[in-house]
Amino acid sequence: MRRIISILLLGIVALGIILSISKIPFGIPKSKVGKFYIDNGVKETGATNIVTSVVVNYRGFDTLGEVTILFIAALGLGAVLSTRKNKVERKIEPASLILRTGCRFLFPLILLFGTYIFIHGHLTPGGGFQGGAIIASAFLLIYLGCRERRISERGTKLIESLGGLIFVVVGLAGLVISGYFLRNFLPKGIPNLLFSGGIIPIIYIAIGFKVGSELAGIIDNLMEESG
Amino acid sequence: MIFVITFLVLIMLASAISACVFRDLLSAVIASGIVSLIAAILFYLLQAPDVAMAEAAIGAALTTAIFVIAIRRTKRYEEDEKNN
Repeated sequence: MRRIISILLLGIVALGIILSISKIPFGIPKSKVGKFYIDNGVKETGATNIVTSVVVNYRGFDTLGEVTILFIAALGLGAVLSTRKNKVERKIEPASLILRTGCRFLFPLILLFGTYIFIHGHLTPGGGFQGGAIIASAFLLIYLGCRERRISERGTKLIESLGGLIFVVVGLAGLVISGYFLRNFLPKGIPNLLFSGGIIPIIYIAIGFKVGSELAGIIDNLMEESG
Repeated sequence: MIFVITFLVLIMLASAISACVFRDLLSAVIASGIVSLIAAILFYLLQAPDVAMAEAAIGAALTTAIFVIAIRRTKRYEEDEKNN
């Protein structure tokens, strides 16, 4: 009986999706705003990566909300996990020599790659979120390879808060200087140069540090719990 | 190009189905990691490198690691529904 009802419900959902999607022509851009971004994005924002110009400039406020969601999620996880008081110091079995050496060799390279991704977010594909995630995966590698190492919780919290603060302060500076929140008030410069795009690189570097330290902190919390 | 994409999509489907079917949760997590990895490759082939990077770093690496840590703290094998 339950199975029949679930199949029936699934059929209704599938019918609804098919009916609503079949009216949309496939592969034809329906929205006009996408074409506007492609045509005017580089000129208006100074960032050659259109995705970045949308994420940080045209839809900068949405990105602030996104960063806030990530912050609250990390905070909630930390709150839930730190309620356990019985933190036992488990004996850590050291990893093999090959794994340790490989991790030590790869860690700075991955860190450098992540930093490159978020510093060049306005020129090449990538940006603060991607770079931050790559940096967090470098810390994951260190946790797997050199198991006795821990990053300091205070350091990650500090970097995280500073990143968020820089984002909001840059936005408020736009409000004070030129009238509305997150306005690109700095000179846009010549497109394709590293120092171009006004506030975009500043915000993306802040987001990169913030996301990187947040995700590394999440991994640290989980690893600490699992010993 | 279309053959490469079809091949990748078939592997992705197979690993997605096996992620649902596996009783061994560790294997299921690895299978869902493969789904994320192939999704990242497909995003790259379909010219969305920004999304591909996020998918590869978060979907394939971090989520898989978090699930593995969670499995380490709980049980590795899924139990039969009838026993509960």
